Amino acid sequence: MAEEAPGIEAALEPAKPGPKAALPAAIAPQPDMPLLRIEGVAKKFGGFRAVDGVSLDIAAGEFFALLGPSGCGKTTLLRMLAGFETPDEGRILLRGRDIAQVLPHERPVNMMFQNYALFPHLSVRDNIAFGLKRAGLARENISARVAEMVALVKLDGLETRKPDQLSGGQRQRVALARSLARRPQVLLLDEPLAALDKKLRESTQAELMELQRRLGLTFIIVTHDQEEAMTVAGRIGVMDAGRLEQVATPRELYEAPLSRWIAEFIGEVNLFDGQVESREFNRLVVATREGGTIVAAEPRNPVTKTTVSVAIRPEKVKLSRRGPVSDGTNTHAINRLEGVISDVSYLGGSTVYKVRLDSGAIVRSSMSNTARIDIDAYSLSQRVVAWFTPDDCMVLQQ
Amino acid sequence: MSARRIFARPARYAAIAPYVWMVLFFLVPFGFVLKISLSETAIAQPPYTPVFDLAAGTAAFREAFAALSIDNFRLLVSDNLYVLSYLRSLVVALVSTSILLLIGYPIAYGMARLPKRWQPVAMMLVIVPFWTSFLIRIYAWINILQHDGLLNQILLTLHLVSQPVVWLSTDSAMYLGIVYSYLPFMILPLYATLSKMEPALEEAAADLGAAPIEVFWLVTFPLSLPGVGAGVLLCFIPIVGEFVIPDLLAGSDSLMIGQTLWLEFFMNKDWPVASATAIVLLVLLIAPLLAYDRLQRRQLEMR
Repeated sequence: MAEEAPGIEAALEPAKPGPKAALPAAIAPQPDMPLLRIEGVAKKFGGFRAVDGVSLDIAAGEFFALLGPSGCGKTTLLRMLAGFETPDEGRILLRGRDIAQVLPHERPVNMMFQNYALFPHLSVRDNIAFGLKRAGLARENISARVAEMVALVKLDGLETRKPDQLSGGQRQRVALARSLARRPQVLLLDEPLAALDKKLRESTQAELMELQRRLGLTFIIVTHDQEEAMTVAGRIGVMDAGRLEQVATPRELYEAPLSRWIAEFIGEVNLFDGQVESREFNRLVVATREGGTIVAAEPRNPVTKTTVSVAIRPEKVKLSRRGPVSDGTNTHAINRLEGVISDVSYLGGSTVYKVRLDSGAIVRSSMSNTARIDIDAYSLSQRVVAWFTPDDCMVLQQ
Repeated sequence: MSARRIFARPARYAAIAPYVWMVLFFLVPFGFVLKISLSETAIAQPPYTPVFDLAAGTAAFREAFAALSIDNFRLLVSDNLYVLSYLRSLVVALVSTSILLLIGYPIAYGMARLPKRWQPVAMMLVIVPFWTSFLIRIYAWINILQHDGLLNQILLTLHLVSQPVVWLSTDSAMYLGIVYSYLPFMILPLYATLSKMEPALEEAAADLGAAPIEVFWLVTFPLSLPGVGAGVLLCFIPIVGEFVIPDLLAGSDSLMIGQTLWLEFFMNKDWPVASATAIVLLVLLIAPLLAYDRLQRRQLEMR
């Protein structure tokens, strides 16, 4: 990805570190080594294991997201990458060099802080120049680089303002420019958009992605917002209770979660607990307590236990008045659940129906409103068939 | 104006309260002192002339007004005793405040970096000495510092000195007393600003390549300047006028202005000169206050 934007890279390269350069010299990259390798890293606070044996490789030019609920250890992991926390176990290899014990000011890594942490006594220009001055760059190189950064994040005309004279969005840009000014090998972003309102957040997400692609830098973002993670990141690491539960692309995470917890954490899901009864033609037959017998496609990861959960995303559950016509040759092709519409939520682009099954369980179905006038819309108390194919079922071990 | 209207807009009238306070308890007494400072000492009751007698009619009033003079101020400028007292007060205040800042800043910084649950305890420890009377604590220091006091006993027992050292009635003892007494006034405002500072700011500076010493001088210290200013003022101003500590702990060969004022008033019974001394002291102290105020206002405008 780095070679995609030679023009920008060249434009960003005029300033050579001065004789007093504090930026560590580049270490010859090892071919089989990823840019960043996290090996069995653990961090304890008292008896509490905030980060518990996390291993992860991140390639150069990647936009990686660490996603998890609050307190899952994602921020602690990020702070260990920045150097604010020292791991109790494990190694952090940046281009093959273990930086776990290196002090923050000696790491070729920069961080964009959650509340930006802009220096209130310094102007926009001095905030951006702060890291460059510490690197011992010559004065004219510093002003050239600051000007570049100001242009990059579109802050022209605001250079002499103090942070409290800026709007939230402008502050966010200053923080981004300041953290990019030293051209870090890895940029760490700690909930960088949490303080922005929804509209601004969405446009800023697009700008972040654009910037990352153009500069060919490696971004690691920490967020609790799964939509944000799925929008910006190429790969997502989901964390819970200090452990990395799954590392996958957004699509894999959504369509093939490794555990019931991830399936519930990412998006909405209908879950049926049950026992595997039999296997036939790459199909698992699961006897569930609340949904009867469900036929599911054999999952990619072999199921070893017989107690499983069948998970179906709401948009994969279709509704009809009668139920689909079986093609006769394969009666197992479609799962049917009968019930009564108990709730209708019209959301604009889609409508979410809740169907109360005869067993008492609720199944959610999300239907796209593809036509403006829908004569087929379902109403409360209507009896319907909720159906889905075995391929749409995810079988998760408990 | 009806009572109803007054209570309808209480905020507007409440805003007057500090001005009323200032007029009643500062400006009016200041006027008295100013008038006495322009009078002449006399063996009478009150011990100065002229006396404004409102009942004596306008002619007598005008006569009394004409009798006022600035002779006392001339005396203050011309007599070495007063000039040296003022200078000594300023030097003592300057030195003490510098020592206080040097000692107080690390303590306040350490307190602000303590785990949250320990901070109230540390705060209590700083405030606890106030529970004992200031005078008693200074007398306790006399006990410790005197010829056969605790300090000399310890030094002798440890064989660090062969004979008792003279501590009491020295400038060192006075500085010790002043620093000891004023330390909380330096620590508390510093702690207040330092504990409010976002820790992420120091982390951001380190992240951007600043070594710990640079983090302090480029981020922590500049951001704590309001606290430094408040602490310095809270200590410097009362120390300039300090009377008890130099009187009890320092030698009698050179006096601070507070002591001189006390002597003029109680020993010489020269109220006019004592008043003039007080007024000059006030002017000396107000000048840096106004400068500080202007500086802060300019900083606000710059924002």
